[in-house]
Amino acid sequence: MLRTIGVERVEQLFEDVPPDTRYPSLELPPALTELEASRHLAQLADQNVSVTDWPCFIGGGAYNHYSPSAVGHIMGQPQFYTAYTPYQPEVSQGTLQASFEFQSLVCELLGMGVANDSVYDGASAVGEAVLMAQRLTRRERVVLAGSVHPHWREVVQTYVAAREVDIATSRVSIEEDGLREQRVLELVDDNTAAVVVQQPDVFGHVRDLNGLADAVHERGALLIVAVAEATSLGVLKSPGDWGADVATAEGQSLGLPLQFGGPWAGLMACKPEYVRQLPGRISGQTADHEGRRGFVLTLQAREQHIRREKATSNICTSQTLLAIGITAYLSLMGPTGLREVARQSHAKATYAAERIGALPGFAVLTPRPFYNEFLVRTPVPTFELRHRLVERHILAGVPFLSGVEGFERTLLVAFTEQNTSSEIDGLVDALAEASRWPH
Amino acid sequence: MATLTPPPSALSPGLQAEPLLSELSRPGAPGHQLPALDVPEVDDLSGQLVRSELCLPEVGELDVIRHFTHLAQRNFSIDSVFYPLGSCTMKYNPRVNEDVARLAGIAHVHPLQPDETAQGALRIMFELQNLLAAITGFSAATLQPAAGAQGELAGMLMMRAYHLDRGDTQRRKVLVPDSAHGTNPATAAMAGFHTVSIPSDRSGNIDLDRLTAELDETVVGLMLTNPNTLGLFERQLREVTAAVHSVGGLVYGDGANLNAILGVVKPAEMGFDCLHINVHKTFSTPHGSGGPGAGPVVVNDVLAPFLPAPVVVQDADGTFRLDFDRPKSIGRLKGFQGHFGILARGYTYIRMHGAEGLRTLSETAVLNANYLRALLEDIFDLAYDRSCMHEFVLTARRQKASNGVRTLDIAKRLLDFGIHPPTIYFPLIVDEAIMVEPTESESRATLDHFAAVMRRIARECEDSPDVVRDAPRHQAVRRLDEVSAARKPVLRWT
Repeated sequence: MLRTIGVERVEQLFEDVPPDTRYPSLELPPALTELEASRHLAQLADQNVSVTDWPCFIGGGAYNHYSPSAVGHIMGQPQFYTAYTPYQPEVSQGTLQASFEFQSLVCELLGMGVANDSVYDGASAVGEAVLMAQRLTRRERVVLAGSVHPHWREVVQTYVAAREVDIATSRVSIEEDGLREQRVLELVDDNTAAVVVQQPDVFGHVRDLNGLADAVHERGALLIVAVAEATSLGVLKSPGDWGADVATAEGQSLGLPLQFGGPWAGLMACKPEYVRQLPGRISGQTADHEGRRGFVLTLQAREQHIRREKATSNICTSQTLLAIGITAYLSLMGPTGLREVARQSHAKATYAAERIGALPGFAVLTPRPFYNEFLVRTPVPTFELRHRLVERHILAGVPFLSGVEGFERTLLVAFTEQNTSSEIDGLVDALAEASRWPH
Repeated sequence: MATLTPPPSALSPGLQAEPLLSELSRPGAPGHQLPALDVPEVDDLSGQLVRSELCLPEVGELDVIRHFTHLAQRNFSIDSVFYPLGSCTMKYNPRVNEDVARLAGIAHVHPLQPDETAQGALRIMFELQNLLAAITGFSAATLQPAAGAQGELAGMLMMRAYHLDRGDTQRRKVLVPDSAHGTNPATAAMAGFHTVSIPSDRSGNIDLDRLTAELDETVVGLMLTNPNTLGLFERQLREVTAAVHSVGGLVYGDGANLNAILGVVKPAEMGFDCLHINVHKTFSTPHGSGGPGAGPVVVNDVLAPFLPAPVVVQDADGTFRLDFDRPKSIGRLKGFQGHFGILARGYTYIRMHGAEGLRTLSETAVLNANYLRALLEDIFDLAYDRSCMHEFVLTARRQKASNGVRTLDIAKRLLDFGIHPPTIYFPLIVDEAIMVEPTESESRATLDHFAAVMRRIARECEDSPDVVRDAPRHQAVRRLDEVSAARKPVLRWT
């Protein structure tokens, strides 16, 4: 090979690299063989508690639902996972058709006219939706419900940072009778591009959004409805039903493993008239010149590789493999299966709320109805309680509220079809014991 | 059942049309069964709050499996064919990484678990931050960005935060070479800046004089890919980065082409202030039909205070935790701490290579590219006639002028030979561009075969150009009508 190239040594191919910086020493641990690496990673994995080891009642934007075995096997098809972006449609019909099917399912779930084939996650989907609303309305201000997931609100802040936008957030507080939230409409003015609400909200509450869209539209703004727990869409009204202009969701609940935070998939959909401002990849149906149905990446004039600095977003890599997983999950569950997941998750949460709410020192703070998650007032600080539960081999609660003023003694707990009644009883017993701890 | 005749020629399932899931749906087909509910039924979600219908397909499990198997068969992939897609680093995806990602202690860990129950995951992240910094010469890292483009956004927002932190509020201009990926100018725009395109010189490097002419106190910085998208190492790299620094600007490194220089040179030592790394390119994680990726960013001390929060730190007692206490941080980019499932694969890959293994892989990638370049340079013109790094750019200018055959036609003809085409029409500055990146994974026999096929297609361009213009003939579909797809979009089933 060197002779064909016309050099004697490989090093000669690197002559453009300044000699004094060429071949630095890398301070890396010695190479492992596959056997050693497998053993090493298995040991590291064993230092984690997995949700298959202990009962898990953590939600807060990621939920421990069951994923049918076939989902993992479908995502494990090498001709999906070792392919790249379908730039050559003739040899990427599998990916493109799966993307088209995913878009169709997202439209159905979210009740919207068009959807893309995914953004990075539910959080960045809200960030992109806000930027989209700013472009569509040519306005800057953003109103966020205080009951939107705090991490998602932080991501919105990061995404609009460059535009020095005024972000108004409605106040949420805990009163004697439970959670109280300022009406988002009080914050909307003539420069507001978008109002963002989460459904169910971060405290699990299923909100009645009746009339909100009309009121938002009257002020010339757009309504963004974001969903963190997508299985709720098996029973609840869709963002489209509530009149959303842009709808987003985290797709993790729909068959994707937790993976300590990702990769998952952000679902994003909008009214058809806004499609040219929708970021991300879109697959469209067409035909070849012999009339056979086929699919291509379409409306690419929105995207960075064509429009560069005028693109709707800088997004390039999508979450297609996860979108394929979600498509597989939804087709395996079918309407009956997804509705059953939602029904069971809701029933288990309700059972837990009744038992936990009856414990001395505890009170359920999330208003009814909630979906599968609720906030509890606890007699001990969240931080301490979570660690005490670890001693009992129970995973529960989230860290992101413990630093919020007024929420220092609260626990957010979530339930899925995977939590058995005896697991829930175990949680209740552990919490009852916690109320007797010295504090 | 209208057609009970067998398909015309024994078409493999991958070549037959596959119905949509909606077309496979049969009302009443059983969905996945859950165990019976073991708590009381509840009925407080009703009326106003619940949906009236849910139109999901109803398909039995075997038919779902067959559907996706048939779809998979309609794809080219690294596992099935040579895939020299320039700028995408389509290397082999080692199977052991997949096994690692499926361990219960990796796949089924909740991102909000208490730190003491996720020490293994936090350690993988902490060590990966350090490994990536060691490989590139930087001092700190964030693993949070989801992909290269989000890494770019993180980098540009950090540069913005750095200037503002110094009270330097006049900087709005980002310099981007004309050979850059589209994500660079798109990211600069998202970060609130305007871009100025800097032309390349005759040897394919950034034009230093034109760059210098744009340098002033309004410059945020330069976004530079090295080796650049022409597959060339920037010969005056240190002069370029020094010039940008001389006016107070910073230099962002697009690490898309890092596969060429592992153990060969550390970007930090060439004057970059930060760099994003595409784990799904350089460190072998699967591309997943277009994603997921992971786009960690490594930074020097100047930018470290501005890293997205949280980062993983190790306390004096040896325990690992997520650190949120970063007052100058640009904030959060993702719902949680990054694509851990991808990062764990990349970590495994780096640990299995070590320093020497990484250098060898880069050398092999560069060797393979130069070998192919030498085999092809007499058939197709080289955009820049010099030795390349891990990829090189050809042009079908000659074929277009003499036979009216375009790069697109050549790409489509490659499909008939069971080869995924190189990247085409990029970089934009090369007419009829064909960008070839073979990676280190490929054998000499595969490279020879590809060269032989390219030689044959070049001959067809002269002898039977219609065959090339009419390709592909042997795939699931012929060329598709993209114009009507965009003009009358059909983006979902009805």
